[in-house]
Amino acid sequence: MFTGISAITAYCLDTGTGDTNLTTAIHARNLRKVYPGNPPVEALAGVDLEIGDNEFFTLLGPSGCGKTTMLRLIAGFEHPTGGTLEMFGKDLLDLPPYKRPINTVFQSYALFPHLTVAQNIAFGLEMLGKPKAEIKATVDEMMELVQMTAMADRQTSQISGGQQQRVALARALAPKPRVLLLDEPLSALDFKLRKEMQLELKRLQTETGITFIFVTHDQEEALTMSDRIAVMGGGSIRQIGSPRDIYDRPAERFVADFIGDTNFLPAQIKSVEGDVAQVLLASGKTVTAHLPEGVAREGAVTLAVRPEQASLTTSETGLLSGMIDNIVYFGTDTHVHMTLEDGTTFVLRQQNSADSTLEYEKGDRAAVRFGANVAQVLKD
Amino acid sequence: MAKHGFDIKKQTGFGTIAIACFILLYTPIFLLIIYSFNSGTSIAAWEGFSWRWYVSAWENEQVQDATVRSLVIAFWASAIATSVAVMAALATTRTPKFKGQTAAFAMINQPLMVPEIVTAVALLILFSVIKVATGYTGLLYLIIAHAAFCIPFAYLPIRARLQGMDLSLEQAAADLYASPFLVFRRVTLPQLWPGILAGAMLAFVISLDDVVITEFVKSAGQDTLPTYMLGQLRRVITPEINAISTVLLGISVFMVVAFTLLSKIRN
Repeated sequence: MFTGISAITAYCLDTGTGDTNLTTAIHARNLRKVYPGNPPVEALAGVDLEIGDNEFFTLLGPSGCGKTTMLRLIAGFEHPTGGTLEMFGKDLLDLPPYKRPINTVFQSYALFPHLTVAQNIAFGLEMLGKPKAEIKATVDEMMELVQMTAMADRQTSQISGGQQQRVALARALAPKPRVLLLDEPLSALDFKLRKEMQLELKRLQTETGITFIFVTHDQEEALTMSDRIAVMGGGSIRQIGSPRDIYDRPAERFVADFIGDTNFLPAQIKSVEGDVAQVLLASGKTVTAHLPEGVAREGAVTLAVRPEQASLTTSETGLLSGMIDNIVYFGTDTHVHMTLEDGTTFVLRQQNSADSTLEYEKGDRAAVRFGANVAQVLKD
Repeated sequence: MAKHGFDIKKQTGFGTIAIACFILLYTPIFLLIIYSFNSGTSIAAWEGFSWRWYVSAWENEQVQDATVRSLVIAFWASAIATSVAVMAALATTRTPKFKGQTAAFAMINQPLMVPEIVTAVALLILFSVIKVATGYTGLLYLIIAHAAFCIPFAYLPIRARLQGMDLSLEQAAADLYASPFLVFRRVTLPQLWPGILAGAMLAFVISLDDVVITEFVKSAGQDTLPTYMLGQLRRVITPEINAISTVLLGISVFMVVAFTLLSKIRN
């Protein structure tokens, strides 16, 4: 009799351990997808992407950015207009969806309404022609993994949204795919359940060692769960990196704007040394900023500063001064909305604590300060 | 309730017109049913209640013969029409848009547009040629003719159900290693069956009721119930016709009610 853990360990051994992080699970080269029409719609404009084995990889972007198209191409529901797509070095494009060792958790869950919970989970294994005893063992193990054992014989219409979500996950994991695709699977859940499932998904990914490719438009979801994130916009990948990279070091305005709140400041580059630039702000003061590769090394640029990286100060020590338009209390923190002297709006966020009170009021003049190398020079 | 919306039920005379329409529609049928229980031989003068015409119809060998033939034709015609309709419905809803899709749709529904008498004459000519060539004069001609005009009636409810089904279920099955055939058998078909049954029942009723095409295509001694009844009109009309009609009506009402209920089944 298998136990949940031993089966999972067995699977992990199958895929190898030590150097798995070096293996590429999914490799896309110049992948294009154009939907015919008048005018034709270019959903993917030449995507190059390498997703590592055992990775929790997120495709993040606003609706219409091409992330779902990317997922559907990997699953095989759509055929690309151009480019190549490989999985562990083997061409995927000639295989129909039912021959790809990839499973999907659908946004709508797509549970079979005429089958019970256990029958849904068994479906993939039955299609693979596994022996009855093995199917039963795996189904039991999967139901335990997602804590649905008590619901085995329920109809899918008789369980809650969160439970349907778990069944969809168990059904996709049961055939032990090399790659699991998740298409905004948490979007239909309420806030608390979504938080729980985020941790749950991360745990499952770590335990099973399966490569997860997660599609979402929710930046917070992406930041909490992913090993790496690809931010997509307009059918192409704008930046790939760890959640920290993406948040702290956005490469371009689109990324900085999409992930979290950001203040954009006009500036001039004075001098550059490696990836550090001295930039002149509109106020005439100079600050050190981070300069990523591929960004203009002279002339007028845009600086990005996160609201929580800035603080209020007196006008002598501040970098930029202006007028406080509004102060909004948010429980854990307070947001201060300002208009700077050059007319730019600026928002800063200050954490609330028992002994801190904001000494400013709406209508006050105040100055803004942020540390050296905090601001990021953006590619427009 | 919307205060400003136009509500036809509130217009003057709506109720009166509605009642008049219902009376016009159903009075003849009520009269037909009532006189089927007449103890006399007239279909217009009431002489008292009796089951005699039902008994007489039941014992009439010609009626028995026509009934069996009608049922056999309706069974095979609806079975063939439904199988073809399922394939046609899959081809028009589960494949990428193809050139001539609208034309295909129009051709499938052709029997609904072409005047029945035209089809009847055309079949009469075609089948006479085949009859002369092969010498075969069996029921197959009627079955094929009925199957052909029943296709759109079976096709429409099946197609409607396929269009209403969640496509992601079939994608999920394909994603879980089901080949196209297994997707159909394990996922599409279990959800499609109310549509298939509804289509088959509608086709059955349509076949059972047909006069025009049957009258043209049938060989001697191949009367179905409706053509037998038509034949009787040329002789003496007795309430036996009412009794047969009432039974036919009962079957049709049952089938249509079942059809409506089946169409409403969700998942």
